[in-house]
Amino acid sequence: MELYLNLFIKSVFLENMALAFFLGMCSFLACSKRVETALGLGVAVVFVQVLTVPINQLILHHLLAEGALSWISPSLARVDLGFLAFILFIGTIAAAVQIVEMVVERFAPALYTTLGVFLPLIAVNCVILGGSLFMQERDYRFGESVVYGFGSGLGFMIAIVALAAIREKLVYSDVPHGLRGLGITFITTGLMSVAFMMFSGIQL
Amino acid sequence: MKALRNLLDHVGHHFEKGGKLARFFPLFEAVDTFFYTPPDITRTGAHVRDALDLKRMMILVVIAALPCVFMAMYNTGLQANLAIDPAKAAELVGWRHDVLRLFGVGYSSASIGANVVHGALYFLPLYVVTMVVGLSWEAAFSIIRGHGGINEGFFVTGILFPLILPPTTPLWQAALGISFGVVLAKEVFGGTGMNFVNVALAARAFLFFAYPAEISGDQVWTAVPPGFAVDGFSGATVLAQIRQATGPFADLNLSWWQAFAGLEKGSMGETSALACLIGAAILIGTGVGSWRLMAGVTLGTIAMASLFNFIGSATNPYFAVPFWWHMVAGGWAFGTVFMVTDPVTAPFTETGKWIYGALIGAFVVLIRVVNPAYPECMMLVILFMNVMAPVIDYGMIKANITRRMKRRAEN
Repeated sequence: MELYLNLFIKSVFLENMALAFFLGMCSFLACSKRVETALGLGVAVVFVQVLTVPINQLILHHLLAEGALSWISPSLARVDLGFLAFILFIGTIAAAVQIVEMVVERFAPALYTTLGVFLPLIAVNCVILGGSLFMQERDYRFGESVVYGFGSGLGFMIAIVALAAIREKLVYSDVPHGLRGLGITFITTGLMSVAFMMFSGIQL
Repeated sequence: MKALRNLLDHVGHHFEKGGKLARFFPLFEAVDTFFYTPPDITRTGAHVRDALDLKRMMILVVIAALPCVFMAMYNTGLQANLAIDPAKAAELVGWRHDVLRLFGVGYSSASIGANVVHGALYFLPLYVVTMVVGLSWEAAFSIIRGHGGINEGFFVTGILFPLILPPTTPLWQAALGISFGVVLAKEVFGGTGMNFVNVALAARAFLFFAYPAEISGDQVWTAVPPGFAVDGFSGATVLAQIRQATGPFADLNLSWWQAFAGLEKGSMGETSALACLIGAAILIGTGVGSWRLMAGVTLGTIAMASLFNFIGSATNPYFAVPFWWHMVAGGWAFGTVFMVTDPVTAPFTETGKWIYGALIGAFVVLIRVVNPAYPECMMLVILFMNVMAPVIDYGMIKANITRRMKRRAEN
């Protein structure tokens, strides 16, 4: 239990996908003008992440890793399909995003319109593939991969919602012309990640 | 005073539109309105008359910080004088010690005067550097961007920033830190009132992460050069001592009352909870600081500390620290009174203020207990909640809209 709690805190705050690794910057910057949009994207990312990281974990350990195929026949015990990881991970992710897209279009058409191209683009969002690749690199077991998927997605959601709320407030600010738009958003992101550094070093 | 008014009126027309010094108008305006009431006054119609404008409000914060300034000087000097080995005092080198010798002040820790002078020699240079560098940035921005004056907002940042630095901070680092704070945390957003993180804290956090060797650890909190300290000297702050201690408070070489008065090691202005309490009384009495924010932090700290006391731990001494020690140790008091109440970066909604304050109180205790890397975490927690404050406001406003729509639908 303590292991899972530790991993959860770590994935939400310490290794925040957006503010510690700066992954998924394109949608992080583009979909953070309004809190509602950001929240929608955040929920979509959490959903996709919770789905894909564990599924990819199963694929990795039951199909791709060295010796994983021995359950079919002992003669396959030395086969290592690890080189297929990228393409299969992306396949899972694309499928999950398709499901999310259909659900959002059916139940939240307004959000579907505001997210526009960034909804299908979740399929190539670095956070999603990054989550699966961190899972592979760190050798998470199934339970850990579920927690990690949820935590990293939630961390991204918290970051993008906070950024969106700040940007809604910054509408009243008087930013120099050259910095309006993306420029000031980059500076804001930098200041936010300084604030998130307070969690580095936490041991539970 | 009449002469000053005449002088200002005499040179004033050069700074007006079309005058030869028109681009330096913000500088003139800053000096003029610092001494006198601003000339642009509404003359007709009914409107609220109140002497409290932004400038006066900021000056009140500076006044509230004065007890902390005094304690900063006294305690910095006291800690230095206690730590310096009397046998080696004559060999100390540096301009500060030349000044001390020139006026025959000496190194007696029993004399209030000697302590204050010794401390002032550390505090004032940092203060002057902060003000000069910060005001130069403010002036540069307001002259180049051609609008907005230089205002007292910076006086607040300028006095709070040196107070949260350790006495041994090199002057160039203070200059670099305040430059980061003023330019990247404030002026690029449009100046006073437009920023979303506290300027002084952003500057301090920048130094904290950029120069960890000079701003954290056990050696930086006391103004004594290595090799000149008395035998057995330890420069650890209260928070660091609790981490190292085996028994809860048996090893601390000071009582709660000493910690409350501020006779401990730490950043210059943060040590004295007593001075901060006086500041809090001034801020709440004049209505400048929000009592909801301070009360929220207090409640959050009490709740979280009691929870940890209740859980208990065999290995981590921090679980046993009671809330009254949390409140006098480290930057808790100073942060609660002067940083949390920053009206620009705190939430605007009243319920939001309670939530914001309580979360800060809870997070401070949490990070102190579970994060051995940053015992002095008050500034980082406030910075983190600065980032979250707009979300809290957003949630509060949404909740209010939903509630009122519901009420309307019922009628």
